[in-house]
Amino acid sequence: MSRRTPRALVGGAPQETFTFRFDGRDVTAAAGQTVAAALWGAGVLAWRTTRHDGEPRGAFCGIGQCFDCLVTVDGAPNRRACLVPARPGGLVTSQEGTGHDDLAV
Amino acid sequence: MPNRHSPDVVIIGAGVVGAACAYYAARSGLTVAVVDRGPVAGGTTGAGEGNLLVSDKEAGPELDLALLSTRLWRDLSATLPPETEYEPKGGLVVAPDEPALKALRAFAEGQRAAGVTATEVPADRLADLEPHLAPGLAGGFHYPQDAQVQPAQAAARLLAASGAALHLGEEVTAILRGPTGAVRGVRTGRRELLAPAVVNAAGTWGGEIARLAGVHLPVLPRRGFVLVTEPLPRIVRHKVYAADYIADVASGSAALQSSAVVEGTPGGPVLIGATRERVGFDRSLSTEALRRLAAQAARLFPVLADVQVLRAYHGFRPYLPDHLPAIGPDPRVPGLHHACGHEGAGIGLAPATGVLLAAALTGAEPPLDPAPFRPERDHGPADVPTQEQQS
Amino acid sequence: MTTSPSDPRTAPADLAVVGAGPAGLAAAVTAASLGLTVTLLDAGARPGGQYYRHPDPALGATRPQALHHDWAAFADREAELRAHERAGRVRYLTEHQVWSVTGSGTDWSVHSRTDDAAGEPVRARAVLLATGAYERQLPFPGWTLPGVVGAGGAQAMFKSGLVLPGRRVVVAGSGPLLLAVAASLAAAGARVPAVVEAAGYGPYVRHTGTLLRNPAKLAEGALYGGALLRHQVRPLLRHAVVEAHGTDRVEAVTVARLDRDWRPVPGTGRRVPCDALAVGHGLVPELSLATALGCATRTAADGTAALVLTPGLRTSVPGVWAAGETGGVGGAQLALAEGEIAARTVAGRAVPASLARRRDRLRAFADAMGAAHRPGAGWTGWLRDGTAVCRCEEVPAGRVREAVEELGATDARTVKLLTRAGMGWCQGRMCGPAVAALAGGETVADRRPLACPVRLGQLAELPAD
Repeated sequence: MSRRTPRALVGGAPQETFTFRFDGRDVTAAAGQTVAAALWGAGVLAWRTTRHDGEPRGAFCGIGQCFDCLVTVDGAPNRRACLVPARPGGLVTSQEGTGHDDLAV
Repeated sequence: MPNRHSPDVVIIGAGVVGAACAYYAARSGLTVAVVDRGPVAGGTTGAGEGNLLVSDKEAGPELDLALLSTRLWRDLSATLPPETEYEPKGGLVVAPDEPALKALRAFAEGQRAAGVTATEVPADRLADLEPHLAPGLAGGFHYPQDAQVQPAQAAARLLAASGAALHLGEEVTAILRGPTGAVRGVRTGRRELLAPAVVNAAGTWGGEIARLAGVHLPVLPRRGFVLVTEPLPRIVRHKVYAADYIADVASGSAALQSSAVVEGTPGGPVLIGATRERVGFDRSLSTEALRRLAAQAARLFPVLADVQVLRAYHGFRPYLPDHLPAIGPDPRVPGLHHACGHEGAGIGLAPATGVLLAAALTGAEPPLDPAPFRPERDHGPADVPTQEQQS
Repeated sequence: MTTSPSDPRTAPADLAVVGAGPAGLAAAVTAASLGLTVTLLDAGARPGGQYYRHPDPALGATRPQALHHDWAAFADREAELRAHERAGRVRYLTEHQVWSVTGSGTDWSVHSRTDDAAGEPVRARAVLLATGAYERQLPFPGWTLPGVVGAGGAQAMFKSGLVLPGRRVVVAGSGPLLLAVAASLAAAGARVPAVVEAAGYGPYVRHTGTLLRNPAKLAEGALYGGALLRHQVRPLLRHAVVEAHGTDRVEAVTVARLDRDWRPVPGTGRRVPCDALAVGHGLVPELSLATALGCATRTAADGTAALVLTPGLRTSVPGVWAAGETGGVGGAQLALAEGEIAARTVAGRAVPASLARRRDRLRAFADAMGAAHRPGAGWTGWLRDGTAVCRCEEVPAGRVREAVEELGATDARTVKLLTRAGMGWCQGRMCGPAVAALAGGETVADRRPLACPVRLGQLAELPAD
């Protein structure tokens, strides 16, 4: 019996696979996946810490409504990982707090 | 007849002004009931930014009230819980060019004579106070007495500290009068609250309460929009706004026109407010108001152009045509007092209003002359609907 | 209403449709086929909304229909949409998030943003809101742990990205979506140790008539039921996940029995190991644009706020129509029917009696389901004072209770002012139902004059009046 996977269910193959950098390591993504999907695929469920209690958070609503999956992508903070497409060679960084600590005075 | 459970005073309005009246009346030994058709801070208070400003007021009765309030808020901050978020952060008024700076100087001179501390900040020192401020400004004035509170918390904590009996979600349907015409309480949808004194602290709806008591008090709504950004670290230290000098040639008088007030909050977001429009109780979104606020804020703090605005909301400031609040007894109806019409300064002016009101209720000596705030004064002609660009 | 021959980029469209899910898609193609010019705005890159969410073409799925049991209904309409687009009858703006609709009568401006720029305001003579819904969440201790995800969220991530949050996924909450999610996850290879449903199916019995008049819906249920049985998953009724355990991610959940009011029955807790939890309690209509316009709302059978609509799907604001979940959560088939009805009344055409009957039948079914899965008041019994209610602002239940019991908050808005619950990035979408329940007030539609965040610089660059 063949192993059940999402891919086995829908068939086919991605146009390409590539890697992006996440917190200093390479994560493999398929073309067409969001950053959150690629991170889930790599077994990563959290990529943000909250600004008060420093709790880990990741994707929750999956449709861009809850903003829990905020992440820094190519230096821009507060991007919704569940909406932002993964890009070859992209730089994804776990976000701490507001993501704007550099602006504090 | 009032019985032993009847309070000494019924206050209509659980906003910050009603709460301050309740607080100081209770401190004067009176028993207090507060009634509101909505929740605590359900009207203008809940839409306010918590400005305790002296910087925007020219010398005169309102500034005297604001200066007294400034001292009272500092005292209150020692007794109210930290959730009130009292911050004596100071204000910074900046001038975009030399004429504006010159006007600010003259404005500050008058304020100083009234007891305001205002220190001129040369252009090359502005960044010391506000590192993210736009370059190229002519200079500014620092007002260390300006401060901030979290308005809903301030109202709720003052009410809690007053020990007043709260009747929330009860609309006052009648002001009860005795055979001599004197006030003897209020009727709500649920009960009669009997008391020898009734305080109209209903804010924007103050005119309606006055009408229920059979008197005219022309309180009108003036809409304001506020923008709220995403949570940020502290990037704005003071209450910051720009001032432009407008010479009114026709009247020969001078008025200060100011732009959006930009300020950080302990909660994280930067608040940008507020427009002033006389459009009645229109609740529709004005994209023009949002555009002006955003543009003014980005001119002052270019770094804000790239932050996200999460929320925009509006409130209605209660104002009287001569732009002074009504505070004190109404000689037309014995027992009726007013404490409303504070426009956009209700949070700041609340404690002084409460102290004046408590003095009137108990016959104590008021800390300043209440005459300019007499409710029965001639309030002047009503303004025509318009949209302005001042804060 | 007639077509406008001039440049679609400057001339007002006859109709602006917000949302390209089942309702908006059906509305847009119907309106275009009746001769109207249509501008269709949608936040997504591809049509279909959340219901017909499917993988990006670059993912190369050869059988996307395996993700949906009625793919043809979507595929047909997408083909129509593309044909209308080519013919210039529909202007389809993807990845445009609408933040406000302003105007009145027959003169509307739809303000949107793309990822990095302000969209030009779209002008239109009529507006149709098909903004769909988001998932209703009820907090519980541990619900902020990584690996705890929305049931609809797990489904969405799976359908669009072909990924799962874990290998052993408990599915919990309430509503028919749970069965669909559990079936999807199981078909995609996850083990589903439990499907935990807070309601009983008893209330369904009272609506047998309604259920029997909806054979397609019954077939759908049987399909999920059959799929679940194949994977040896059986829903556990009148139970709830009352706590998620773990440190960096969820490792187990506690499942407890509920009484009729959804109050957890003491001593019935049982620990179920898992590495993910997919949880949701039905859907909440997304009404931000509608309430900002002043559209009247009502409390729907499921307890959420929904728009008051005429049989022709007009809102209370002249010139504004709505279809699909905005009028009360009811699923894709109802949304497809309503999109068609709304487009017809916008165009001034009669609605075929068979279509109206179909809509009424589906709406009655949705109401029956909504009532059956409406959360019982006792659910707050599983909240501890330290449980985060607002995920964004990290506001615990204890602070919300203090605002209600000690500080004079009698509604969700005042709780928000006093505690910051609902003031964060999501503007109360995740905590709203919970805060409202704790505040004890009636259902009130949230007011969000900005329907989504907008960069300040974009607001500053709006055209001046």
